[in-house]
This record gives sequence, structure tokens and C-alpha cells, in this order.
Amino acid sequence: MNNTANISIKEVSKSYQDNIAALDQVSLEITAGELFGLIGPDGAGKTSLIRILATLLLPDEGVASLNGWDVRKDYRTIRSNIGYMPGRFSLYQDLSVEENLHFFATIFGTKVEENYDLIKDIYDQLAPFKKRRAGNLSGGMKQKLALCCALIHKPVVLLLDEPTTGVDPVSRKEFWDMLGRLKAKGITTLVSTPYMDEASLCDRVALIQKGRILDVGSPNEIIDKYKHPLLAVRTDDMYRLINDLRTFDFTHTVFPFGEYVHLSLIQTVWPEVIASYLLSKEHTGLDIQAVKPTIEDAFMELMI
Amino acid sequence: MRTILFILRKEFLQIFRHRVMLPLIFIMPIIQLLILAHAADYEVRNINLYLINRDGSQAAHRLIGKFEASPHFNIVGNAFNSDEAYRAIQNGQADLFIEIPVDFQRNLLRDGYAQLQSSVDAINGVKAGLASAYTNAIITDFNEEFRKEWISAVNVSDSPKAHLATNGQPPQSTNTHTLLSQPSPNEADKRSWEITASPYHHITISPSPITIRSANWFNPELNYQTFMVPGILVLLVTLVGTFLSGMNIVKEKEIGTIEQINVTPIRKYQFIIGKLLPFWIIALIELAFGLLVGKLVFDIPFVGSLWLIFGFSALYLLVVLGIGLLVSTVTETQQQAMFISWFFLIIFILMSGLFTPIESMPAWAQAITRFNPVAYFVEVMRMVLLKGSGILDIRIHLIVMSAYAIAVNSLAVLNYRKTT
Repeated sequence: MNNTANISIKEVSKSYQDNIAALDQVSLEITAGELFGLIGPDGAGKTSLIRILATLLLPDEGVASLNGWDVRKDYRTIRSNIGYMPGRFSLYQDLSVEENLHFFATIFGTKVEENYDLIKDIYDQLAPFKKRRAGNLSGGMKQKLALCCALIHKPVVLLLDEPTTGVDPVSRKEFWDMLGRLKAKGITTLVSTPYMDEASLCDRVALIQKGRILDVGSPNEIIDKYKHPLLAVRTDDMYRLINDLRTFDFTHTVFPFGEYVHLSLIQTVWPEVIASYLLSKEHTGLDIQAVKPTIEDAFMELMI
Repeated sequence: MRTILFILRKEFLQIFRHRVMLPLIFIMPIIQLLILAHAADYEVRNINLYLINRDGSQAAHRLIGKFEASPHFNIVGNAFNSDEAYRAIQNGQADLFIEIPVDFQRNLLRDGYAQLQSSVDAINGVKAGLASAYTNAIITDFNEEFRKEWISAVNVSDSPKAHLATNGQPPQSTNTHTLLSQPSPNEADKRSWEITASPYHHITISPSPITIRSANWFNPELNYQTFMVPGILVLLVTLVGTFLSGMNIVKEKEIGTIEQINVTPIRKYQFIIGKLLPFWIIALIELAFGLLVGKLVFDIPFVGSLWLIFGFSALYLLVVLGIGLLVSTVTETQQQAMFISWFFLIIFILMSGLFTPIESMPAWAQAITRFNPVAYFVEVMRMVLLKGSGILDIRIHLIVMSAYAIAVNSLAVLNYRKTT
């Protein structure tokens, strides 16, 4: 068996009892060895898609396969060859770090030592706490342990459902560094996240909303599709600023973006025109800069 | 097979890591046996008796002496009139009073006939019935003795029969029962009313030449502990089997660990066996421990084969573990599992014949107990331990239990889904 596997999803649909489609004709091709991001807000269908690939959920329509194994027919093969990290921490809280890792290694018919090189980088950080119960670990540590447990049987595909949600920024960064190293080892990784800043760390991303894929491509490709002139604006009264900019003649969209408001325009306008407009609305402390669009801007554009 | 071993190891690690589990597993049988075996006792002792002695004769004292000597009665007071005695009953000071009328002895000697009145508080039907029965027994006894002595005192050479004939009537005491109703809850009133439908219910005890002596087989001293302890052990095994197993599986759902387990190569049967087997083992150890406590503390007889007891328990546990598993398939949280298990257990236990005999239930309730696994186990425990029944005697129980085990577990396994 080769070390890497592709993921193929064709027109997969899934709806729950309330008849609202969680996934609507979703098609995706993820090439072997790729670090692929599934980006979208809560309730977009990310978890449903990952659970279908993990063989925990049956699609209503469509076919999905990992490395050519069909999620319906070959679920047993898939289960032995993937690493899955659910969104909710799902290890045994009353077992220690060591015991958890050992348990998951044994039920996959392997030993911790056998694939230790794969988890070494991560496990080294956990080693001081190996006698501690998993329930008493910090959020970041829990996610690292979960990643170790998902990797211990040397899977060809890694499915991570919002691994960084609720984790502090430093741990998030460390976690993504690890994913980068795993990519170097050739493991195909599908990771979902609601954080758009993490999209730029992926090889390719799919933007998903309301069960539909809005766009697929490398982060740069997606950003390149963004054609509107973009400015970052701030004044002393941000709330009034947003309202005032929405009534500005050349405005395309206005969104709050950190400390600034991102203003996209229908056509290129001199910043002075905007400044004078805002001054006429009695704004103070004006700060207007031209900025490069980010993936978040691109996503906001697609969502409209 | 190895996978099951790994799951078992993990399960035992988790079970014994829980701080209260290990003590609970061993303290529970001791507490249950020591408390329940003593408390669940139908023998009524300490019936509070009030006396109205209007006679003061030797015969009256004799009768009172008999009540004093009885382990069932406590004489708590003497009254001079029945009003006072009624009040004692209404206050709850007395459970019954007995009135010995004026000239009790004289009437008995002269007419060979005297009347006594006993009134019983019938709020607690069981206690009232037993109190009446004990009173009757004492009066019968007194009657018998008095008659013998009286005959020998007169020392007639005639046969007692001839003498009785001359006397017209044998000496006898009739007791007049008044079952008193108290002004209290409706249900109690109703029951009292039913009993008091014939308030002056005469029981004539004649000194019949035939004396009935009963021998109690398999439990000659009518020891309640001997009767209760095997039943309580059933309770113990059932609790471990149903509650712990059901909750153990649901816990994986509730905590979310099932999500991770489901994507492993663990097969459904491996997971189920791995989850249930620990409690099968623990319950059997509990049973062994409980039998040991029963033997050491209560000296319950082990007439039959212990192998048979353990064999049947092993089979029975498959049923209760299956019920636990079935409950776990239809619930999402431990709370729900607990509630549903408790619902079934209450019915199973109260209708098991453990506390109240199945034979005294109405026909439809008896029909329901045929589907009650606990009832079968209680019966088998008592049959094998006390009576020494062999495998052939309990073959019906074995067949029913096997059928039950297959049915419950098939249903549970069919209902159990790894994929949603």
C-alpha cells in the first residue's frame, strides 16, 4: 500500500430529520498528500462531511471514497486506515495520557513503539504529563493527545474536525506546525475550521456554507478572485462609521475586521473622497489605508 | 479475541479507578444483607397490648401471664374501662386491647363458658391479622390447659367425654373481636371498614380431640433470614447486572468516547462483550461474596449444589446484562438509562416473590411474573439453597432463562448501531 491516499467526494447530500440539507450535492477532490482545509461557519456542514468520510454517517445520496475505498462498502478497511479526531474531545478522561495512547494503539493491533517516530514531536511535549489523567489536561494538551491517538496506527488519511476550536492562539500555532510536519510525511489531511486565518496554512481550501461548497482552490487563488478595491478604515466612533459607510455612494460592502472596518468599493476612489465624506459626517480620528484582500474578505464576498 | 482482552483491561482499569466503585462492590452486599435480612421480617414482634382486667381471678392472671410470656406481646398498660383502652389505641400506644369481663373464672367454672373481647387496630392489615392470630393461639392454649387442670381438679373417674356430657358444654372461651377503625387516611379507613363489616365476629374454639401440629419443611424453624438472604442476593446480582452495564455503555455515548471507538476496527460484538463481561464477572464475584456473608453471618443452609447456583446465575446475568444493553441502545445519557432501568427493576423486584408471595397475587399479576426474570431467579435460589433441588427440578427455569437471554440479547444487538 502506498503511503498516501486521495479523497473523492461526488455529489454527496445529507439531510437530517428536519429536512434541512446539511450537505447539498457536495463534490470535492482532495489529492494524495494534501493538507486540505474545510472552512466555514458553524452549521455549514463541515462535521457532517467529515463524519461521512469517517464512516460514522451514511450519505443520503452520492458516493465518497478514500484511497478508492467506498465509505459504504469498505467501511471496515477505512476504519483501520484513517485517523479521526472528533470535534468534541473523545478520549477517556479517566485514563492517563499513557493509558489512552496505549489503548488506541492496541485496538489497532499495533504498539506505541512501532509508530513512535510519527508522534515523537507531539508526544515529547506531552511526556511530562504522561501519568496525568486526560480529563485534567489543558485544552491544547488534550488536542495534542487526541492527535497522537489518531496517528498511532499510522493512518494514510487524517480527518480532523475543528481541532483548534477553543484552543489558545499559541497552542493553535503549535498544532498547525505539527500538521505541516505530518504533511511532510505524506499523510493526506482534511481539517475543518471556523477560523479563516488558518486557511492560509493549508495547501488548498474549500469554502463551505449551508451545505454547499462556495469555492475551492489554494488560498492565493481564492484571494486573487477578489476584484474589488479594498480599504481599511477606522475612526473614533466605529458603530456610526459602519452605518455611514453603508450609505456612501461607492460602497460595495462594509464589514468589521478587527480594529478596522473593511470597505470594498464598486470602483476605485481616491481615499481623500472617502475622508471628506466621513469628515462631513463629523467623524474624528480618521485612519484610511489601502489593504490587500485576505481570504476572509474573499469568503465574505462569496457569502453575499 | 485479543481486542476483547484490550477492551476488558481498559474497562477494569476504569471501573477500579473510580473511587467509590471498589468499596461499593464489596460493602454493598454486606450492608444489604445485614440490614435487609433483618428488616424484611414478617414475624410481628412487640405487639403493644392493653389489658382491661375486670376479674382479678386466678384464671384471669393465668391468661395474662400467658400474654406476658409470649415474645409477640408487650403489655404496655392496664385500663379500667374500654374508653381508656380505645384512647390508647387511637393514640397509637396500643395495637390491641383485651377485656377480661367480671366473673370470667366463675363463668368458666360454672357454665364452662366465658367471653373475652379483643379489639385490634387494623390500620396495618398484616399486623392486625397476625395480632389476632397470635391472640387466638394464646387463648386456645389457655383453654386447653385450663380444661385439663379443671378436669383433674374435679378428679372425676368418668371419661372427659362423659363429664362433658353432664356439663352440657365443654369449658370454652369465646373471644369477641372488634376490629377498630381509626379516624385516619382513607385507604386505612376503607380497609378497616371491610374488616369491620362483621364487627362481632365470633370465633369458637372448641377443645377438639384432634390437635394439629405442623412441621415446616426445608426451613424447620421458620427462620426468615434463611428465607430472605437468598432473595436479597438475587437483588444484588440484578442491580450490578442492569444498572452498571447499561450505564457503562451509555457513558461512552454521553462523554463522546463512542465517536472515537466507532472509527476503530473494534467490531460490534467485541465492544459489547468487552463492555458487559466485566460486570458479568463482578456480579458473580458479588454473589460468591454474598453467599459467604450469608453463610458466616446467617448460617443459611447450602442444601443444593453451589455449582448449580452459579451456573444459573451466569445464565441469569446474560438476561439482565442484555436488559442493560437494550436500555443503553435507546438512551443517550446515564440519567435516562438510570431512570428506565429503575422503572423495570422496581416492577421486577416487587413482583418477584421476594417480599410478597407470588401465589397471593391476582391471576393477571401472576401471569406477568411469568415474564419476570427476577422471579425465576428468586425461586431457583430458594429451591436450590434451601430445598436442594437439582438440575432437573429447575429445568423449566433454565429453559425460560435461556430463551429470555437469547431474545433480549438479539433485540439489543439488533438495536445497537455503530453508524448513525
